[in-house]
Amino acid sequence: MIWNEEIECIDRKGLKKVQSERLVKLVNYIYANCPVYKKKIDDADITPGDIKSIDDIKKLPFTTKIDMRDNYPYGLFSANQKDVKEIHVSSGTTGNPTLVGYTKDDIKLWGTVIARSLCCAGAVPGDTIQIAYGYGLFTGGLGFHYGALELGLRVIPTSSGQTERQLKIMRDFSPKILACTPSYALYMADEAKTLGIDPTKSSWKIGIFGAEPWSEAMRNDIEKTWNMLATDVYGLSEIIGPGVAQECHHKNGLHVFSDVFFPEIINPDTGEEVEDGQSGELVITTLTKQAIPLIRYRTRDVVSITHEKCECGRTSPRISKIKGRTDDMIVVRGINVFPSQIEHVLLGIDGTQPYYQIIVDRQSHKLDDVEVLVEVDEKMFSDEISKLNQLKAKIKKEIESVLSIGVKITLVEPKTITRSEGKSKRVIDKRS
Amino acid sequence: MKITQISIFLENRKGRLFEACSLLGSNGINIRALTIAETEDFGVLRIVVDKTDDAVKCLRENNFVANITDVVAVEVSDKPGGLASVLKKLSENNINIEYMYGFMEKFSDNALLVFRFEDVNAAQKVLTNNNIKIVTKDEIKGL
Repeated sequence: MIWNEEIECIDRKGLKKVQSERLVKLVNYIYANCPVYKKKIDDADITPGDIKSIDDIKKLPFTTKIDMRDNYPYGLFSANQKDVKEIHVSSGTTGNPTLVGYTKDDIKLWGTVIARSLCCAGAVPGDTIQIAYGYGLFTGGLGFHYGALELGLRVIPTSSGQTERQLKIMRDFSPKILACTPSYALYMADEAKTLGIDPTKSSWKIGIFGAEPWSEAMRNDIEKTWNMLATDVYGLSEIIGPGVAQECHHKNGLHVFSDVFFPEIINPDTGEEVEDGQSGELVITTLTKQAIPLIRYRTRDVVSITHEKCECGRTSPRISKIKGRTDDMIVVRGINVFPSQIEHVLLGIDGTQPYYQIIVDRQSHKLDDVEVLVEVDEKMFSDEISKLNQLKAKIKKEIESVLSIGVKITLVEPKTITRSEGKSKRVIDKRS
Repeated sequence: MKITQISIFLENRKGRLFEACSLLGSNGINIRALTIAETEDFGVLRIVVDKTDDAVKCLRENNFVANITDVVAVEVSDKPGGLASVLKKLSENNINIEYMYGFMEKFSDNALLVFRFEDVNAAQKVLTNNNIKIVTKDEIKGL
């Protein structure tokens, strides 16, 4: 079923009218309520009156992760904090996290877009969903929770982890829908086999997988292993969390809910729009958000877009799976990791020079592994093994507390990390 | 009297020990005592050589992480209970040993052992007070 047929199947002219009205209202709202945005708009030599339709969006300045960092914590908010009813944080590039907030209406919007996503994947009211995304500061768990309630599903909020219990719950309560990261879905399949459970006989028929990039090969693997339909969901906490775009059962691109999240695909170097089908950076404007609306937010995710109507009937534009990043961020088990965070930790540990390399690997059906190679220098080196092991443990503990994921630390000899043009290659991503 | 030990960081990588040793060999440096401590992904090579300063210089020039540590070389009677009698004195006086290893050669009937103490000065005092022979730098060179 289609959650909101009127808006999701609207013709292009009608959609443009909705988007235009919302953009005009948004620009006036942020100009009046957010001094940071007022200055950005003034600096761009335009006034809110110059924005008359969605086509004028190109006149507006971009918003970046740097803006989020520089104006931490509340600078980009347009709403008063007394009207903010929930906040979430995700990792920032250094030190401070990225803070996002929701008014009551924003939470309602979040529930609505997730309800659309769930319908898009094939859920109908009365179905049971097992939400194995983490609940807490991470937006995955609660976002799906609000959406599932909005749609009228029976929710099993298992959160992530405790695989054996996840499998028992699946067998005892027969949920039709599973929402988690794709790598966790495969990990659970291996655990199931170990416990003597046949994954092809599971109750899960629809999977909604996201929060990390995954390939078509991985989709085939999941679908075959679990005997289910595996769909891709896209989102980022700065925009709302999950629920920005979702695949339907045709699995032919992710439908962007463009009446509320307006997408542009640009050349990351020039900022110019690229044609449909061409790869570029996804830029999103939140047309109706209140707490922290963002204008032309640079997601750094590389995708392509099509505006062709989908076989499912929806007219919303569809983006491809994420093809890469325009910065050095990596996503591991749903957590955003910036090499600069690791550099920050190493600089803070006495005697550690910031020569390091991050190796991300995904063994078949296993969770992603992160290994950090750290070059040893004379200051940190000791003739005593116990001191070297203490150093390793200290680096491990501090990196893990910043990233919230487990890492393996390996001490290596100096100059063994490849340096290209004086700058070392920080990340080796071995995942397909 | 203290002598100087060189410690070298070695990744667990094929040929790395050979590279360190052949570098010392080609620079005319003779290894007098040696031990390796290993972990899952790295090892520490500890050596006593005849020309310490030259050895450290050429190791560092060739991108090895090397540093120096004060250790004590002790003559121990080469017969049953010889080592135990030395350890007994150290233990009675609360001297902690981080690690120890043997020399390859000796210049008398006694065995030569390298000790890395937690408190090297206190250890030397105990050894001297108990008439246990400490080997000097010059004696090491003359081996």
